[in-house]
Amino acid sequence: MSERLPVRKTYKLFVGGAFPRSESGRTLEVEGYNVARASRKDAREAVVAARKAVAGWSGATAYNRGQVLYRLAETMETRTDALAAASSGRREVARAIDRVVWYAGWADKLAQVLGSSNPVAGPYFNFTLPEPTGVVAVIAPEEPALDGLVSRLVPALVGGNAVVAVASEPHPLAAIELAEAVATSDVPAGVVNVLTGLRAELAPVLAGHMDVNAIDVTGADGDRTTLEELAAENVKRVVRAREEQSPWEIASFMELKTVWHPIGR
Amino acid sequence: MSQTVALPRAFELPGGGRLPRLGSVDAVSLEGRAAELAKRSIKRESKIFALDLAIRMIDLTTLEGADTPGKVRALSAKAIRPDPGDANVPSVAAVCVYPTLVAVARRALAGSMVKVASVATAFPSGQAPLDVKLADVRAAVEAGADEIDMVIDRGAFLSGRIGEVYDEVVAVKEACGGAHLKVILETGELGSYDAVRRASLVAIAGGADFIKTSTGKVSPAATLPVALCMIEAIRDVYDETGLVVGMKTAGGIRAAKQAIQYLCVLHETLGAEWLTPDRFRFGASSLLNDLLLQLRKQRTGIYRSPDEFTLD
Amino acid sequence: MGAVEKPRTEVAAPASWDYAPSLEGREIVSLERRYGLYIGGKHISPKSRSWFTTISPATEEPLAEIAQAGQKDVALAVGAAREAFRTWSRRKPAERAKVLFRIARVLQERARELAVAESLDGGKPIKESRDVDLPLAAAHFFYYAGWADKLEYAFPGRSPKPLGVAAQIVPWNFPLLMLAWKIAPALACGNTVVLKPAETTPLTALLFADVCRQAEVPPGVVNIITGDGSTGAYLVREKGIDKVAFTGSTEVGKAIQRELAGRDVSLTLELGGKAANIVFDDCALDQAVEGIVNGIYFNQGHVCCAGSRLLVQESIHDQLVRKLKRRMATLRVGNPLDKNTDVGAINSSAQLERISELVQSGIDEGAELYQPPCRLPEKGWWFAPTVFTNVAQSHRIAREEIFGPVLSVLTFRTPDEAVEKANNTMYGLSAGVWTEKGSRILWMADRLRSGVVWGNTFNRFDPSSPFGGYKESGFGREGGRHGLEPYLRFE
Repeated sequence: MSERLPVRKTYKLFVGGAFPRSESGRTLEVEGYNVARASRKDAREAVVAARKAVAGWSGATAYNRGQVLYRLAETMETRTDALAAASSGRREVARAIDRVVWYAGWADKLAQVLGSSNPVAGPYFNFTLPEPTGVVAVIAPEEPALDGLVSRLVPALVGGNAVVAVASEPHPLAAIELAEAVATSDVPAGVVNVLTGLRAELAPVLAGHMDVNAIDVTGADGDRTTLEELAAENVKRVVRAREEQSPWEIASFMELKTVWHPIGR
Repeated sequence: MSQTVALPRAFELPGGGRLPRLGSVDAVSLEGRAAELAKRSIKRESKIFALDLAIRMIDLTTLEGADTPGKVRALSAKAIRPDPGDANVPSVAAVCVYPTLVAVARRALAGSMVKVASVATAFPSGQAPLDVKLADVRAAVEAGADEIDMVIDRGAFLSGRIGEVYDEVVAVKEACGGAHLKVILETGELGSYDAVRRASLVAIAGGADFIKTSTGKVSPAATLPVALCMIEAIRDVYDETGLVVGMKTAGGIRAAKQAIQYLCVLHETLGAEWLTPDRFRFGASSLLNDLLLQLRKQRTGIYRSPDEFTLD
Repeated sequence: MGAVEKPRTEVAAPASWDYAPSLEGREIVSLERRYGLYIGGKHISPKSRSWFTTISPATEEPLAEIAQAGQKDVALAVGAAREAFRTWSRRKPAERAKVLFRIARVLQERARELAVAESLDGGKPIKESRDVDLPLAAAHFFYYAGWADKLEYAFPGRSPKPLGVAAQIVPWNFPLLMLAWKIAPALACGNTVVLKPAETTPLTALLFADVCRQAEVPPGVVNIITGDGSTGAYLVREKGIDKVAFTGSTEVGKAIQRELAGRDVSLTLELGGKAANIVFDDCALDQAVEGIVNGIYFNQGHVCCAGSRLLVQESIHDQLVRKLKRRMATLRVGNPLDKNTDVGAINSSAQLERISELVQSGIDEGAELYQPPCRLPEKGWWFAPTVFTNVAQSHRIAREEIFGPVLSVLTFRTPDEAVEKANNTMYGLSAGVWTEKGSRILWMADRLRSGVVWGNTFNRFDPSSPFGGYKESGFGREGGRHGLEPYLRFE
């Protein structure tokens, strides 16, 4: 009696809602699989895809973004087994899913907690609103493979940003499994992009990219200084995790706009 | 002894005049109203009426660089008898072509009630000297066009030379002689509903018999809110002066469902008296086949295939 | 100028274009013959052994038999809520959130079914229950689900805790939506509830009990007790409640406030209104007409925040009224289940009587009545959209809440006068301002004594937007971060 041969997954990049191989054709053998080794050009394409997606995502109602992220939690939940196999296990997956649900619930509340109506000394109506900064690069922590990425990705998404994430270098599979959950949810194409490969090759490209508005260096460890220097070229916002989970983690990916208007007959 | 103060030249008295006040248009509310009207569910006999009416309102159009006499002849045959399989399906209102093909269309449509409409005035951009644009109009009229679809000078409009826009409409109307004048506003380039309203009133003041949304060469072309905005301007003119000006939507209307939505907007804003090709037209090409398909579906109860209808 | 009109085609315009009926199918709802009380997660017969019938106000047909909860039933429900509170309040907030997210999802999944039930039972057009009531109800649960595990951010520096058992009484004009406005924040804050729907519209609340089953809401967290005004009175008098939330008439609201005097029961009231819809001469005219129409004829005028007084600047009065009357003539009054219906049935014969009485007073006091020609169905309760011009501030139709499709038109000359007239009422729920001048909208908003001010729009609701009144329109807010406060205590 012959044993059934399983159909092995090909782990590709996730860019613009699709799963392309690296344009360089290179792969890395990691965790028993050949994983795409993204190049500078792949990173560039991912930024283009993200930029294209920002208008639609940031222009959606907050309610819609909240619902879409909740749906992402739904598609993650049904993928629990695959995600668990690619990460440290079911407990990490449950934590990551609950984190998505937690952040999803912030979408339509941000303006109320981060924004304000300001009592200026004059006949003016004055209010401050948070707005997404635009395209955010995320250098995911090496561990936990899934929750580390989720804990930086989702706070950026909630406010309306589009993200280009560099997956954990030693444990990239979880990121692509997550990408599959993203692809089958209602997250619009290009809002989430995931690159696998060598951090040392990809992070500086994104840090120096003139069309990236913010970079999260939580997972950059020793490379921080180089990345921060590169980021200065277009005054990128450099972000790092300060709390495990908080609306202020969302705020670090947001701009603040203050509007004045006279009050008069 | 009383002294009358001379107003500065070009000073406009606010609030007076023959035409309704310009006013503003609230975009959110306008779009909300259009969306509500789009929800009307038109079924059974009221749907058959609407589909039949929409066919009768079509200006069947071909405006391509590649147009030839052969193409126009085929289109004209379709215009007269849209559905060869059903003699009850009415003819469309008109065929709309470039001036160089007016004579061909005229011969092909001889003996039918289908009119010949021609674009003119350096359609679609309107970027040509006035004398060239007027010569364009005259050529079309001489070749036998019953209706002229002109474009307003958007360059003049958007740079604030409204008087020039007005003067041009007046001049074109004169060059039309007895032909009906439709004035295309090219709403997709105007930037706001306020501008659409202003352009509508200027075109009407200049002598338009119909105002028309678009050339169909620019996106966005006709939309339900833009049509509603123009129809409200037409209504204000009618209310205040009794003048009847027609409406034509063109560009982007491909589905019967959309056509019916426009008819609902027309019906509930202006009334049933406006449900006639004398006051409303669809500038379209592929819309016709979808109307035929939906009409046959309504009559037979079976979903149809596009293959059942001719492509001309 | 334009050419002389001559017929150029064979077929003339029709005299009219009548839309064929386009009925939403009723089969999607399956109603029980009889509904017990939903207490402790079970459907039980009332100890009172008393039942009444709920009917469709459009056809007067009976829909189902409904339990009349007596004092013992009310006590049972409150007891069940108290029992459930012990575990519900201690459940991890993130888990409470997930229950509420599930409710939101189920409401979305069963939206059509619930919308049909709502239109059948209450008389509102299916277009509204489908496009307004249901989506907002689901959104409300979705919004508050997100707050359940974030309360410390809503009230920084304070330690929010649930109150306990919330007694909630909702009206018949937006039955399911008002239920959502009550239950969602209450549960999000860790409370349990006993909710009494209105006597004439119990069905969607009872169907909501089934939504709770599908969402796996723990037994006793939500209890639905049906009945008439006496049930509500028993509920408010019941000893074991920690909070009362009431939406309904000002008269009953005052009675509840009196009843709770001296008791340690938190109270929020959302009562009546006589909102002024203020239109300036520089408004976007056609859109202002839409806003006026929406303000008073939406939901047959059965809206507490309805724009029932049109304050129009005298300089455009005639033109506006002409446009308004013409627009009213395109309103389609009829079968609530017809997708093309704009104005549905009056909720009950009692309400119809109230409306008729007040309309008569308008005529008697000298205002001028206009109603567009309207073919009203034979059975059921109906009232044609109505507008009164020549109304004085002292007329009953300018002071009393009619709660029907009746608009009273008054004029003003200056912004100050508009503010004065708008505020000259015991109510203070909402107001509308129509002008293209931004600074004036803000100036008016500053001075209007209403809990909600709509600028160049009307009847807009969102779960994130706090709603509630000034003065005798009630106190407390529903919606937004502020909507959490009525359901919490702070150590």
